[in-house]
Amino acid sequence: MSVLSDSFGIASIAITESVADRTNAISLAGELLVASGKVTPEYIDSMLEAVEKFGPYIVIAPGIALAHGKPGDSVIKTGLSLLVIQQAIEFQHLQNDPVQLVFGLAATDHESHISVMAELAEFLSDPDKVKSLLTCSESEQIRDLLR
Amino acid sequence: MKIIAVCGMGIGTSVLLKLNAEKVLRMLDIEATVEAADMATARAASFDAQIVLTTPELVESLKGINAEIIAIDHFFDLEELNSKLSKALL
Repeated sequence: MSVLSDSFGIASIAITESVADRTNAISLAGELLVASGKVTPEYIDSMLEAVEKFGPYIVIAPGIALAHGKPGDSVIKTGLSLLVIQQAIEFQHLQNDPVQLVFGLAATDHESHISVMAELAEFLSDPDKVKSLLTCSESEQIRDLLR
Repeated sequence: MKIIAVCGMGIGTSVLLKLNAEKVLRMLDIEATVEAADMATARAASFDAQIVLTTPELVESLKGINAEIIAIDHFFDLEELNSKLSKALL
């Protein structure tokens, strides 16, 4: 087990064929955080607000978004979720569209998740690992890759 | 030397930027502290900073800040961070 795989709670990973739009994708990643007990539903509003206010900057690399809100009362526990979208979706990002991986992130404060982020960055720096995430058809396969 | 990594909320993008910038600075043998900040605190946090790292979308909102602003497109591309930081610092 790693810090990274530990941060994905039960029911925090899902694969979907398609989503309606960017808002839908972020909401679904947020719902996975709710389902796995990391946040209350209000956190999803905070995730959507971040993108409305600051634009699609959460698309951190080609095809990868890191959707997150503000640390605060709606965060129960630091953790991650992952939505894999088989039909890539536009986030209106300048360089990194279209998006297929949407990570949801919840953090109780500005420090508690640093080690998780370090492992996530390490994982996502490896193009082969990113590619293999996209070929998974079951969430359990994704969980195995993250270990 | 102080560098600020800025994103909207100060927990996601900016933390990733901070982690990878620290890696690159070690490679370049440059001594610097890198702090993550959100948009609300970026201006105050950067008063004594030389460089602000952020994403292209946020550059416009950070204009006028008292440090050199560097926009990073691909956060996991250490090469990009390396060349942009070297250009600014070496």
